[in-house]
Amino acid sequence: MHNLNPISPLGNTKPLSEEFGLYTLSEITSFSLASFTLRKGTEGDARKIIEQFIQGSLPDIMSSNFGKISSFWIGPSQWLIEASVETHEDLAGELTEISNGKASVTEQTDAWCRFDLNGQELASPLALLCNVDVPAFKGGEVTRCQMDHMGCFLICRDLTNVTILGPRSAANSLHHAIVTALKAVI
Amino acid sequence: MAQKNRLEGGLINRKNPWAFEFNGQSMQGFEGDTLASALLANDVRLVGRSFKYHRPRGMISAGSEEPNAIVELRTGSRKEPNSRATTTELYDGLVAHPQNCWPSLNFDFLGINDLLAPFLTAGFYYKTFMWPSVFWEKVYEPIIRRAAGLGSASLEPDPDCYDKGFLHADILVIGAGPAGLSAALTAARSGVRVIVVDEDFVTGGRLNAENYILDDKPGSKWAQDITDELCSFKNVRVLTRTTVIGAFDHGIYGAVERVSDHLKTPDPGKPRQILWRIYTKQTILCSGATERSIVFENNDRPGIMLSGAIRNYVNRWAVTPNQNVAIFTNNNDGHQTARALINKGVNVAAVIDTRKQKIDSPDYETFSNSVVSNTNGRLGLDSINIKHEDGTQRTVKCGALGVSGGWNPNIHISSHHRGRPIWNEAIQSFIPDDNSPSGMLIAGSANGFMELEDVIRSGYESAKQALDKLNVKSKKIDLPKTQGDDELAIEPFWMVQGTSRGWVDQQNDVTAKDIKLAKQENFTSVEHLKRYTTLGMATDQGKTANISGLAIMANLLGKPIPEVGTTIYRPPYTPTAIGAFAGRSRDKDFRPVRKTPSHIWAEEKGAVFVEVGMWMRAQWFPEKGETHWRQSVDREVLQTRKSVGVCDVTTLGKVDVQGKDAASFLNLIYCNGFAQLAIGKTRYGLMLREDGIALDDGTAARLDENHFVVTTTTANAVSVYRHMEFVRQCLYPKMDVQLISTTEAWAQFAIAGPNSRSVLRKIVDKEYDISNEGFPFMACGQITVCGGLRARLFRISFSGELAYELAVPTRYGDSLIREIMKAGEEFDIVPYGTEALGVMRIEKGHAAGNELNGTTSALNLGMGRMVSKKKDSIGSVMSEREGLNTQDALKLVGFMPVNKNDRVPAGSHLMSTGSPVDAAHDQGYITSACFSPNLNCHIGIGFLKAGDTRIGEVVRLVSPLTGQDHNVQVVSAHFIDPEGERLRA
Repeated sequence: MHNLNPISPLGNTKPLSEEFGLYTLSEITSFSLASFTLRKGTEGDARKIIEQFIQGSLPDIMSSNFGKISSFWIGPSQWLIEASVETHEDLAGELTEISNGKASVTEQTDAWCRFDLNGQELASPLALLCNVDVPAFKGGEVTRCQMDHMGCFLICRDLTNVTILGPRSAANSLHHAIVTALKAVI
Repeated sequence: MAQKNRLEGGLINRKNPWAFEFNGQSMQGFEGDTLASALLANDVRLVGRSFKYHRPRGMISAGSEEPNAIVELRTGSRKEPNSRATTTELYDGLVAHPQNCWPSLNFDFLGINDLLAPFLTAGFYYKTFMWPSVFWEKVYEPIIRRAAGLGSASLEPDPDCYDKGFLHADILVIGAGPAGLSAALTAARSGVRVIVVDEDFVTGGRLNAENYILDDKPGSKWAQDITDELCSFKNVRVLTRTTVIGAFDHGIYGAVERVSDHLKTPDPGKPRQILWRIYTKQTILCSGATERSIVFENNDRPGIMLSGAIRNYVNRWAVTPNQNVAIFTNNNDGHQTARALINKGVNVAAVIDTRKQKIDSPDYETFSNSVVSNTNGRLGLDSINIKHEDGTQRTVKCGALGVSGGWNPNIHISSHHRGRPIWNEAIQSFIPDDNSPSGMLIAGSANGFMELEDVIRSGYESAKQALDKLNVKSKKIDLPKTQGDDELAIEPFWMVQGTSRGWVDQQNDVTAKDIKLAKQENFTSVEHLKRYTTLGMATDQGKTANISGLAIMANLLGKPIPEVGTTIYRPPYTPTAIGAFAGRSRDKDFRPVRKTPSHIWAEEKGAVFVEVGMWMRAQWFPEKGETHWRQSVDREVLQTRKSVGVCDVTTLGKVDVQGKDAASFLNLIYCNGFAQLAIGKTRYGLMLREDGIALDDGTAARLDENHFVVTTTTANAVSVYRHMEFVRQCLYPKMDVQLISTTEAWAQFAIAGPNSRSVLRKIVDKEYDISNEGFPFMACGQITVCGGLRARLFRISFSGELAYELAVPTRYGDSLIREIMKAGEEFDIVPYGTEALGVMRIEKGHAAGNELNGTTSALNLGMGRMVSKKKDSIGSVMSEREGLNTQDALKLVGFMPVNKNDRVPAGSHLMSTGSPVDAAHDQGYITSACFSPNLNCHIGIGFLKAGDTRIGEVVRLVSPLTGQDHNVQVVSAHFIDPEGERLRA
């Protein structure tokens, strides 16, 4: 076991969780992420491999599937695979091994900071953050968007729980933007 | 002061009396008042001074069209000039000051301008201040600048914050008057998503201003009931205090919501305003109409108002501008105002009607076929002169005059996409044409419907049309039965004959005489008229003035008004605070900050940071006793070259390139070859643009047969990734290549210096051989560190020393830098920042952003031979252009001062000794420079014509900006270790 200690994107040893009125904003670090992209000519094989791994089918465009291992569509023939860091610390390594050259896999765990926002009226703060039609969400949507100039993914886990994936290096700025929006609507 | 002019009734809350201050005087109003209604209640007619002539002015209107009653609101850093008293919601403790007057509102020294009016006609500044020419800058301009403008800014930072947001709708209804409410209700009941926007703080529009009865209830109550129903729908959002300021492309509308303007200060965390970007499929514009005045002599005295505004004040705010009011009208609306006043017990001195047909009333005297020929009073209206058709005149005493010249549809937003309004004879005004923004329907008075029943029906029918376009079946609503509305019966009447100083545009002091002068000087086109006279160019954008001005010009030209045409409108509809456009992006939040994985550790070490793009990078690490940055930087450079240094290089762009065609892909984007790069090796690469100019440089490491990691410069990380995606998706879509950025995913540190390997041996796990033989220069590999953490190691060097770059998952970056520092203690390891990094790369002669500056080719950079002829790559053909390959092409070389004490500033230009210093004799320029602690002098690298053939030559360095003019010697750009022995050690 190595002797290096991880820190959260906000620079904490323990991830932050805060309440703003009826909203809860949590920094999440308990996950591993890897991108999984189909390679030309082996799309079918690669799809079978990953669907077996995630125990479900790959989600459609702008959609997601949630489970022990979750998947989010992020581009043509490209998905983010999400799993618990406890059980899949080197998720990219696992996927690289099982895909056996039929897909391109890249470690993305630390490419992103993740903030989960919980509450009943998520559309209000999100309207101040991003140009996404949140009131039209039904659950399961994934979309790329900008929040306060930062390229982010907005993932609707359910109507009271969204995940915001943003650039890890700008975690403090993104956190500040989310908190500012929350304070503006509570 | 008692509320002398407060009447019975109204839509104000008398249980909440609020104190406010205007012009230093304390007064009282009620919740529901505007500043204007509260001032009128307190018998204040004089509110400010006009822009040019400093004439006394008061309220004209009761809405956002107000040209006169503009004040400085609040104090200190919250002071906001040019605030319209007519739209300023009263709050307890409001403080307002008149503007554009000195020393006081009642006695304004610059009122002398009014006496000098014959010399201050339209365009006077184009004809005067010409002689002597030297006076312009020192005398005329400062005086004019001091005199110009309205109000004054606080010159302090705005203490409030503003938000920006995004809303989405199927149907956007602009205006919540009778048309807007019927449209919104129809749409809402049909189940589509509706946003209703109104600039007022209550919905209802003119229903609050009139005595209409709808379905046996007052119009204001009907409006409130509909609003309550709308608010009960989940698919409806009603935004009051919100002004749609513009129609933009693709169904996008800008709207400013004044969240906290009606409060003394915003609640904690709340914005003052929100600039909404509303995305909608259909829009129904129900913006109503604005009343216009009639131009007559001295028609601008305080107390002279629009007739409909007086009705609004009387009915909604229970206020009269005076207890003795006269009316001047060319339509039936004037009589409605007279009746409203009579109903509230206010004396109507007379109704002067320009029309021949007399409308008799038992309650007031009517003079038909008559006009108001002049007015009297110093700081407010005392009396009016009436001229009858037979030429007889009389004077009538009155403290207020309501003027009604007809109504102009508020078509502004319909013409934001260059829609040209068309003339409507029935209402004597312009209505929107068919070129309104795509998806926009126009209803109510905005489309020329002037009778209440028609207005409500048009709202309903527009909603039906919008729903049809959305393929949604509309649900019928019961249209209310209406009472109390008169036919307008307008007869055109624009200006009383013989008027000279009759004001057309009261905010910019444009008179009828100015329009005559414009015509006399041939500025007859509406656009020229506007610019020559400034008609319609003030903060009110001529909402009460434009049509009257055009009508007067048409009359002068002997043309019908539609032939003269009209100007069109641009956003914003009403003045908008710059803060709303900035949103939260100001001061330290102007843009996001990116922090490196070692940021916290660097802060602990007292690093001085520098912004590089959005990254905060450690620039240098001062130690105790160091008082100047050069001391720190020199120490870091010397110690790194002597022993070992470490630098966070995470900011360099990193792109994962995978796929069966990954090597072929890199062969295309780099001008040098990559197909044969062995697994476990790294190669320096140069990317060219299509035109053959250098785009970026970096390295590509081959981790596997089909897996590369490309690095880019920090500054170009995004643009290079975008370029690579363009090539992949658009130029070579059949290639099997996958790209994804990993810049953020890996914390990367450069460990440089002769002891770097020794330090790394304590970090890298034992099973990995990092000896010179086992891991030679330009090797790369996936390893583990610190007891098993996966990592990537690259033996590459930017400093010219034996060096490595070590990458671990970012979350471990903080811990790793601490481990490296611990491991390096015995070697006196130093952290170094971007300054030392820059010094070492200049000493080594490595090109960076200053050299890859968008004008240089591979040849210029001394890398001409890197452009492979054995393969095709982007930019390689164009790099062979004759003009880029001349004998005297610029070449990258180094420069040392002949006199060791001289500096070599970047940006200096190079001349041959003895040549004139001018562009024709320019020989090149210095791109990067520094003080080299190793060479103990300033050095530079840069481009010199045929520089590679001029080594040893002395040239003249000229820097007019920094005052340098001395000789430098041309040397190799590789000041340190030109043979590269250190980095291969």
